Amino acid sequence: MFGKLTWQAIPLDQPIPLVAGAVVVLIILAVLAWVVLKGYLPYLWDEWITSVDHKRIGVMYILLGLVMLLRGFIDAIMMRSQQALAFRAAGYLPPEHYDQIFSAHGTIMIFFAAMPIMIGLMNFAVPLQLGVRDVAFPTLNSTSFWLTATGALLVNISLVVGEFARTGWLPYPPLSELPYSPGVGVDYYLWALLISGVGTLLTGINFVTTILKIRAPGMSYLRMTMFCWTALGANLLIVAAFPILTATLGMLALDRYLGFHFFTNEVGGNMMMFINLIWAWGHPEVYILVLPAFGIFSEVISTFSGKPLFNYRSMVAATMFIVLVSFLVWLHHFFTMGAGADVNAFFGIATSIIAVGTGVKVYNWLFTMYGGRIRFTTPMLWSMGFLVTFVIGGMTGVLMAVPPADFLLHNSLFLVAHFHNVIIAGVLFAAFAGVTYWFPKAFGFKLDEGWGKGAFWLSLIGFYVTFMPLYVVGLLGMTRRLQNYDVAAWRPWVLAAGIGIVIMICATACQVAQFVVSIRRRDEFRDETGDPWDGRSLEWATASPPPAFNFAVLPNVHGEEPYWGIKRRAIETQQLSPEPKYEPLEVPRNSPTGFITAFFCTITGFALIWHIWWMVGLGLVGAFAVFVWFAWRDVVEYSIPAEEVARIDRARRRAREQWLAQHARAGEPA
Amino acid sequence: MLDPQGSIGAADAKILLNALAIMLVIVVPTVIATLFFGWWFRASNTRARYRPDFVYSGSIELIVWAIPILVIMFLGGVIWIGSHDLDPFKPISSPDKPTEVQVVSLDWKWLFIYPDEGVASVNELVVPVGVPVHFSLTSASVMNMFFVPQLGSMIATMNGMVTQLHLTADKPGEFYGQSAQFSGDGFSDMNFMARAVPQDAFAQWVAGARQAGSALDRTSYLALCQQSSNVRPFTYGTVDATLFNTVVNQQLPPCPGPNTGAADTAVHPRPEH
Repeated sequence: MFGKLTWQAIPLDQPIPLVAGAVVVLIILAVLAWVVLKGYLPYLWDEWITSVDHKRIGVMYILLGLVMLLRGFIDAIMMRSQQALAFRAAGYLPPEHYDQIFSAHGTIMIFFAAMPIMIGLMNFAVPLQLGVRDVAFPTLNSTSFWLTATGALLVNISLVVGEFARTGWLPYPPLSELPYSPGVGVDYYLWALLISGVGTLLTGINFVTTILKIRAPGMSYLRMTMFCWTALGANLLIVAAFPILTATLGMLALDRYLGFHFFTNEVGGNMMMFINLIWAWGHPEVYILVLPAFGIFSEVISTFSGKPLFNYRSMVAATMFIVLVSFLVWLHHFFTMGAGADVNAFFGIATSIIAVGTGVKVYNWLFTMYGGRIRFTTPMLWSMGFLVTFVIGGMTGVLMAVPPADFLLHNSLFLVAHFHNVIIAGVLFAAFAGVTYWFPKAFGFKLDEGWGKGAFWLSLIGFYVTFMPLYVVGLLGMTRRLQNYDVAAWRPWVLAAGIGIVIMICATACQVAQFVVSIRRRDEFRDETGDPWDGRSLEWATASPPPAFNFAVLPNVHGEEPYWGIKRRAIETQQLSPEPKYEPLEVPRNSPTGFITAFFCTITGFALIWHIWWMVGLGLVGAFAVFVWFAWRDVVEYSIPAEEVARIDRARRRAREQWLAQHARAGEPA
Repeated sequence: MLDPQGSIGAADAKILLNALAIMLVIVVPTVIATLFFGWWFRASNTRARYRPDFVYSGSIELIVWAIPILVIMFLGGVIWIGSHDLDPFKPISSPDKPTEVQVVSLDWKWLFIYPDEGVASVNELVVPVGVPVHFSLTSASVMNMFFVPQLGSMIATMNGMVTQLHLTADKPGEFYGQSAQFSGDGFSDMNFMARAVPQDAFAQWVAGARQAGSALDRTSYLALCQQSSNVRPFTYGTVDATLFNTVVNQQLPPCPGPNTGAADTAVHPRPEH
């Protein structure tokens, strides 16, 4: 009846996951009870769960990412503390549990923290910056989000029902094949990523279409913001790379479920094929994460330096250069697998060539600051921290692109320090810069600067204290994923990294405090003008939070920094542009399609993991039925009357007139 | 590995440090410039000139593309030459005939077969000082990575395949060796000591192994094959000469994994520490 699922799947003998799971379940139940009792359920359903508004979906993506970031961080704390304790000792985590933790840490951080936050920021900002009303396929966008949430849910279910993969965040065969991983851990991994991978691919298609086909009048490609360009690059990479991931994991699933032999030891299987394929996705994935991050830093540095981005066209070229070359470097993840010298040298050189694009970007950010008037707000601090830290990570990356050096450093903690260096300084700092930067746009009030700066400085210091020792201990030969170790020379450095993680805990506390304090004091931080940072691109040209239709009238774009131009004209002529003629607007209707599809996909995924075949059928039929029902809908949009549009836009114009009056006195923009 | 004890390790480390030095030449000025620009052009500094229209400069564009390209061209040369000189498959030129060692990674221990001497050892690698060692490596089950940091390059071991590695130990000593590729629950304890000893001591060790050890044949290999970790080093006195090849061409099937999905208590880390 329930396949492999029995009461033994609940780890009653392991207190750590059980208590953690119980706490999470209690929190979820408490939140649900609060929502129901307070009568928020209809609001939540109408305004968020079924919303197809790109801004709402963006916010939900970021919320999911932040919650999973916390989950992944708890895993990190457990790993660092285990290694701190496990010098010639067993520590407190047995191998079969420790192995799940580092596998879950990597999987969660990449797929369910970094990806959702970056996709969330793109969702929120890209249509606004393009000056349009929504993405190309709004309902598909909602479906993408809920499929991602399905993956995150499956990974978290594995905490209390069964186990997660014990194979690392990329399940290399033959270890991940049935003979060596007979449990359900790898299956949880596979179905979580296969389902959420579909969501990510749909996002990629959606955004490529949006950026290529839907832009405000006059918004030519070379007038788009840098963030839109990097979003285009990242989504092109998603469209090209995610099918590889899905196919590779699909083949592994065929091996495990139907006795195929793609990657097995026996019957002609070849595990090297898996490793090549997974990195043919895996290296572009790095740039899927870091390109939007580069875009965020470009926006932030330009805004807070009070200057346009330096050498904008050069930056565009560097972005597209990275997109292309990112597909030519995957082999550097396994120089030690025994490819010949020519192959290793080719991929080593290709890898260092990709650093040219990044180097150009760093210099252009530098010269954006040159001659600027830099305001050190929290987003700008994150960006400065990124510049200084990221070049170190880039340097250690190029170091490992030298095959003979990699023969010493491969899989060591030096490598671990390197990729945390680029992902934390690149992606995580960008996530917080972006969240702080666009938060007032999304909610109409700024985040507290004091707590934000505290979170930045503690994160920066915590990062260095955690990962610089790991660079050193990697040079001393310590390999990654060790549950215990005997070498005395490694111990001081491992302990130092343990101190670093304590600083990171304080940073996390500051970050949480920033959100809590800001929400409580939101009336003090309120921004009425829609342009709290003196921004330059179109998202600042509308109200905060923007109305469902984004812009009362689609902006007419005349140059590279459209909103900056509009503001300059307003100050010069001492008046806002004349009030437009408001017309009723068609806006896409909410749809529960995404949520219900994802509900059935969750059932299907769970049933596949536990071999409950009737439930697999039920889930698939359910998901297909939702699709058919959606395809037969006949009312797609609803109309917002012209008076309503006028009312919303006039409120914004009043605030802008006050702003103009202030600047009329001051004479110059801030 | 910052204290290499063999020629390959020393050459690897030298390239590592050279590449680091090349990059520091541009990274250090970049970091300093970032901090200086940020500090000098702060909004409160009235002495800094605000140049909001300084958005393009052809000469700067040329420089920002040229510097990374030139550095990478230089580094590309280092990569090309280094990859060929230090290819793990490439024999070390030496008047001495290399010592042959066949390595089989098992769950979770290392088997070292000395085909010329007809002995084998588990979790202990003994090599003569100053003579090149030629390793032929395979895996009995999952992928592992053979790595003695102080001797130099690592290389993967894979079932059904043979990889090659050439190393030399220049000084006698005991060096820590490990797997550098996660391979399952017993992975953390899958380490060994590599002992580099003078020629005569090596001969003595071989003689001792021949007298004391049991025989390594198919039966004892299949027993060794079972998953276990923290195996104390021991030796085999005689070795089936075809054993390595039968493992490689899978006449001996890949070694089994765990019996169930549940954790195997046999692989829990040592309690005695």
